[in-house]
Amino acid sequence: MTHYLLSVHSVAGQVHEPMTEAQMQQSWQRIQKLEEEMKAGGAWVFSGKLHEPDTATVVRYDNGELLTTDGPFSESKEHIGGFYIIEAPDLDAALGWAAKVTDCISAPIEVWPFAGFAKD
Amino acid sequence: MGRTQSGDADTNEITLAAIGRTFREESGRSVATLIRVFGDIDIAEDAVQEAFTVALRRWPVEGRPANPGGWITTTARRRAIDRLRRASREQELLRTITASPVASPDPATSPETGPLPDDSLRLIFTCCHPALSAEAQVALTLRLLGGLSTGEVARAFLVAEATMAQRLVRAKRKIKAAGIPYRVPDPEDLPTRLRPVLSVLYLIYNAGADGPGGADLRSEAIRLTRAVAALMPAEEEVAGLLALMLLLEARRPARFDTGGALVLLGDQDRGLWNRSLAEEGQAIVRACLQRDRPGPYQLQAAINAVHADASEAEATDWRQIVALYSQLLAIAPTPIVALNRAIAVGEVEGPAPALALVDALPLDHYHLFHATRAALLRRLTRTEEAVAAYTEAVVLAPSDTDRRFLEDQLAALRKS
Repeated sequence: MTHYLLSVHSVAGQVHEPMTEAQMQQSWQRIQKLEEEMKAGGAWVFSGKLHEPDTATVVRYDNGELLTTDGPFSESKEHIGGFYIIEAPDLDAALGWAAKVTDCISAPIEVWPFAGFAKD
Repeated sequence: MGRTQSGDADTNEITLAAIGRTFREESGRSVATLIRVFGDIDIAEDAVQEAFTVALRRWPVEGRPANPGGWITTTARRRAIDRLRRASREQELLRTITASPVASPDPATSPETGPLPDDSLRLIFTCCHPALSAEAQVALTLRLLGGLSTGEVARAFLVAEATMAQRLVRAKRKIKAAGIPYRVPDPEDLPTRLRPVLSVLYLIYNAGADGPGGADLRSEAIRLTRAVAALMPAEEEVAGLLALMLLLEARRPARFDTGGALVLLGDQDRGLWNRSLAEEGQAIVRACLQRDRPGPYQLQAAINAVHADASEAEATDWRQIVALYSQLLAIAPTPIVALNRAIAVGEVEGPAPALALVDALPLDHYHLFHATRAALLRRLTRTEEAVAAYTEAVVLAPSDTDRRFLEDQLAALRKS
């Protein structure tokens, strides 16, 4: 078994067609159903949706001095918007879950294996 | 040692080359089996490499074993187990292996049976997993299944050996870290997963179209495709790809003249074509037609089978070829297919309708687009435009062979 991060990326400034109340409700229900499926299949470890990147804060040591700065670490336009941590027997199984997630949220999913988090 | 120097060198050279050939043919299956047994690509590769050095030492003295594939697998498995025994930290892994029924720790009593063919099939799906880059897929397939050395793979794709070594290391690391499985995909995933396998095999074949070592790559591609076709008889597209390669290979002896210049299909000496390869390809095409589940490779094979049918260029059934290209264009609507179809249309309806089709294609950066236009313009005696089109094609030609051919065409046109 390997743990995988399924991360959802959002692009800053990208305007989406606003969803109607009914569409939002439907999308939420689909995601809920998928998460139940993941839990029932023993794949779900953790998941969460993140606030916008401008709510992030970076903490670092610079020449021995602790610096706290506003904003995300990466200056790129793309930021992680949410993620799943799942457990799967192999990459094909993880890609299978990723396919279901991307179908629900209509955004690309990145699948990353965790290092040193594997167990049998 | 006491023998004459020249005779000794000769014997050795022949023997070593023969062992090398046997290893290239057999090592892929051995590597595949050992990956299944040990669950690790590096261990499998190293063990087969060690078996090769043992063979180089022993085969010239003891003779080639009756079943070289079985010998390689048995010897490599023994070597790998020895090595794991030495490394105490791998004790646990060793226990699982010796407990598994496929392991036979005593080679003296174990029959030299060949590895399960399923292992090669598993390995090709691992090598061609869509999570790996196309370059990595090709490199892994040639290295692990084709038994080519890293240096040979590097030379085939004109990259530095260090670059290729790094590419292979990175790909193997991804297989391990990401957990790319070592198995044949489920039936519902098979169509999508078979596609990269076939394109890797065809890429290997085409990489052998020009340049030194090309013949080796082509025969390797045909050998691997033959193996996949034998293991998946229900997949028509695999058979189609094999037929396509065989039919292209059959024309190979006529593709270049004695001076090494490219000869177009219509100008080839068809007496030089390899009849047995062509017949084998045609038989596969006929079997595919009966099953009537056409796909891109089967259609390309069928087109080449029509060419193989014609004992002289004038006897070519171009109507049939146009029909096949129309079918291909319907399932693979690419401008390249449309260009090839237009060429066939030119043979049936004449150059003017063909030129109209060609001119509509967005292929301004493709040398054969300009070469095709040039040939059609020449037939329409629009010589000046033909010269301009050939000139454009020469500039865009990707290889010396292509450039030389186009320059010759241009020179001939200017002379007339």
